[in-house]
Amino acid sequence: MADKETRVATAPGRTPTNLTQGSQTKAGIGESTLRPDGTLKVTGEFAYSSDMWHEDMLWGYTLRSTTAHAEIRSIDTSEALATSGVYAVLTYDDLPTDVKNYGLEIQDTPVLAHGKVRHHGEPVALVAADHPETARRAAAKIKIDYAELPVVTDEASATAEGAPLVHENRTDHHIGHVPHPNIVHRQPIIRGDAAEAAKKADVIVSGEYVFGMQDQAFLGPESGLAVPGEDGGVDLYVATQWLHSDLRQIAPVLGLPEEKVRMTLSGVGGAFGGREDLSMQIHACLLALRTGKPVKIVYNRFESFFGHVHRHPAKLWYEHGATKDGKLTHLKCRIVLDGGAYASASPAVVGNASSLAVGPYVVDDVDIEAIALYSNNPPCGAMRGFGAVQACFAYEAQMDKVAKKLGMDPVEFRQLNAMEQGTIMPTGQPVDSPAPVAELLRRVKAMPLPPEQQWLTAGAGADVRALPGGLSNTTHGEGVVRGVGYAVGIKNVGFSEGFDDYSTARVRMEVVGGVPVATVHTAMAEVGQGGVTVHAQIARTELGVQQVTIQPADTRVGSAGSTSASRQTYVTGGAVKNACEHVREQVLDIGRRKFGTYHPAWATAELLLEGGKVVTDGGEVLAHLADVLEDEAVDLELEWRHRPTEPFDLHTGQGNGHVQYSFAAHRAVVEVDTELGLVKVIELACAQDVGKALNPLSVVGQIQGGTTQGLGVAVMEEIIVDPKTAKVRNPSFTDYLIPTILDTPTIPVDVLELADEHAPYGLRGIGEAPTLSSTPAVLAAIRNATGLELNKTPVRPEHLTGT
Amino acid sequence: MRVTFTVNGRRQEADDVWEGESLLYVLRERMGLPGSKNACEQGECGSCTVRLDGVPVCSCLVAAGQVEGREVVTVEGLADFARQRAEGGCADGTCGTGLDEAKGWQARPAAPQSGDSAPHEGLSPIQQAFIDAGAVQCGFCTPGLLVAADELLERNDSPSDADIREALSGNLCRCTGYEKILDAVRLAAARGENRTAGQGA
Repeated sequence: MADKETRVATAPGRTPTNLTQGSQTKAGIGESTLRPDGTLKVTGEFAYSSDMWHEDMLWGYTLRSTTAHAEIRSIDTSEALATSGVYAVLTYDDLPTDVKNYGLEIQDTPVLAHGKVRHHGEPVALVAADHPETARRAAAKIKIDYAELPVVTDEASATAEGAPLVHENRTDHHIGHVPHPNIVHRQPIIRGDAAEAAKKADVIVSGEYVFGMQDQAFLGPESGLAVPGEDGGVDLYVATQWLHSDLRQIAPVLGLPEEKVRMTLSGVGGAFGGREDLSMQIHACLLALRTGKPVKIVYNRFESFFGHVHRHPAKLWYEHGATKDGKLTHLKCRIVLDGGAYASASPAVVGNASSLAVGPYVVDDVDIEAIALYSNNPPCGAMRGFGAVQACFAYEAQMDKVAKKLGMDPVEFRQLNAMEQGTIMPTGQPVDSPAPVAELLRRVKAMPLPPEQQWLTAGAGADVRALPGGLSNTTHGEGVVRGVGYAVGIKNVGFSEGFDDYSTARVRMEVVGGVPVATVHTAMAEVGQGGVTVHAQIARTELGVQQVTIQPADTRVGSAGSTSASRQTYVTGGAVKNACEHVREQVLDIGRRKFGTYHPAWATAELLLEGGKVVTDGGEVLAHLADVLEDEAVDLELEWRHRPTEPFDLHTGQGNGHVQYSFAAHRAVVEVDTELGLVKVIELACAQDVGKALNPLSVVGQIQGGTTQGLGVAVMEEIIVDPKTAKVRNPSFTDYLIPTILDTPTIPVDVLELADEHAPYGLRGIGEAPTLSSTPAVLAAIRNATGLELNKTPVRPEHLTGT
Repeated sequence: MRVTFTVNGRRQEADDVWEGESLLYVLRERMGLPGSKNACEQGECGSCTVRLDGVPVCSCLVAAGQVEGREVVTVEGLADFARQRAEGGCADGTCGTGLDEAKGWQARPAAPQSGDSAPHEGLSPIQQAFIDAGAVQCGFCTPGLLVAADELLERNDSPSDADIREALSGNLCRCTGYEKILDAVRLAAARGENRTAGQGA
């Protein structure tokens, strides 16, 4: 770990800050404590990564490929370099070491393209200049001679005989287990005998489903500032989801030891998985080290669509059987995820899609296969829901189809087959904490429905804004039909398959100005989810102090792991709790040493820290913390791990691969203008089990946000890639639509708290589950309204009008 | 070129501005006012919303030269603007943050917060309501939403939900699902009415 003396770079004019919060009366766990960064964020003072600024900084810009697959014959940078105001132009040849690729699991992603480009928008060259427009104009003068190569864009083209290999000479650890080099990873899950079980089925229902490519579309663009240090190192202020993962990938490319790459999290404007992979981090460092000046890179929205991985688009084939009394007999399914040109998180997404393919249902006999392709499409990786989203879309459509064929109510059919605590997953793993699937469905169904179609009674007085088409005044209710649909989903929490998913927290307790104060230092990326709020709540609860300071996340403290997989409150929250418990014990030891002889309770009673005092479990005050600590400080940095998992067997998929499961159910109410194919989502109700709501206000906010991203993919969100050229057609907020406040309905939330005895405070990761079931619920409601089959996201007007 | 205009009530000058520079760039990079955010830079997301002569605009779509001689209010000036509006208006152009104050901007720790919903010193009602309602998550959309919502409440102190949705339909938010943003605007409107009622109006 680097100490302060090695930080010889000059600090930028704007830097992330300590967040101090004291004197809240409702401030422990279980309270809706307000955000410590809230005031900064509403006054415009909070320093996001794109706000970083240094006195003599340059602007970096990335030149990206205009084609999806091509050999690079030559690159001529001379004219760009000669442009006034340009300080550096870098290509692959300027990389300082033999390490020229990076990657989360497989190091297959070039820092800058060498030899060829494999997808539209791949970084090819970098420019640093004194004004962003100078950098852009200089980049436009770089001449690249591309020799176009044929593209592979789907399973058929990728595995056809003689298909071009996206990565020739693969050597990664999956290559021995995949049927074709253009397949990144394959995971079968075989349990029981699906073929034999199918013979018991009275009905068999199959379907083919297509899930479009979704973008995280976080609002804060990829950005940051690299400041070169006098020691040859670099300080990087950046928005990311996992500082130490970035560090591990950045340092080798720069040829620097990790302690010379000092990373500090700057304000993050949302992430949703899109910041798990590197974007501009290495590029900014390379330019800063080359020019000797601070370099800031800020992507515009166009570039952002090329600068991060997307959600895997998927094709899914499902077959379910059921007996006439409504019990599922078997599942056969095959899931093909398109991972695009580079591996990113594809292997883990395959693991999730396959192991969660059955959904939250009891099916003893399954035959599941999931694969991820290499193709020349944009790279895909982590996004909220991570492989479970695509599967949920398909299995929930199947549940409605089976129920319909049996003539059963779709909710009752789901409840009849719902998993519960003790159910064995298709991976053989027992579900050993509450799994209230039937209860969540019951709750979401029991919520009052929104009022009936108002124009049926209000006539000409109806508010046209509430109709599909809204202010466009396209209908006054004629041709508009209402539908209701349900869905439920299961998501794993944390990193699975044997990953060492630990976190680290440093907690310090001392007396400042006569008041006991706790300081919490972790490398957790606060991306908007509210971790900083929760950490302060945990410290207050465990240490009995009011004032807590959260230090900026950086690499001077050990890894916190990623802010993803719904894991951060579980794992880093667990680490903060653990560190606080150890600090508390040391504080009590000091107290025993100083005051133990004065009161027998120091030796015999269960002691707590509450309200700045040491108290017995009976409530007797033994000492003030200020008197116990005086000028002593207790300062501990500790790692914390949840219980271990194990990899899935590569042939059968068996293994205790997951830490914990998270469940949410949705009911969607939609209205559809059947003449124009316009959909208005009227209400999207959610019920979710969160184990323990550490901060109820934040919990509800996360559920509503996740629900809305699922709504987006149901009716509007899709990155459209030309199937012939693999070029992206809509890299802008004009053409890639995310829900506005007019598209988003009211989202009533019913929070259930069934504690998981294995988790800190009994909590259950919450961020992702609501994204799963929201999409299929909306689709089910549209099907219910229109009677159409609808097997693709997003639903577009032409799917509803048959045009 | 040189552009002279009023930002948050004070006259400011920006030199060496390129013809193609947006108002957003000049505010963020030349005036040290990064509160207006750069999320799409094509007028689709509303994160850079400011008031230009009172009208909410996407500052990314306004050429810096267009604001010559005009008045701009950004999120940094929102609290002063709201306070002075409440005290009788900003017609003389004296609302807002001074140039030196603006240049001296730096991130600093949040003031200690009390757990109740009592307004904090220095925040406008809509800013306080966003905090209290949980409408701030990553916060990147927040400045633009605040400027738009404040303008809505200025002309309509008791908006219906449909009014709020219409007024904020140009501001994208990716985190919250908008429900708590609606709550925040409702809260600010309700508190505004309460204040009037409390004064016997």
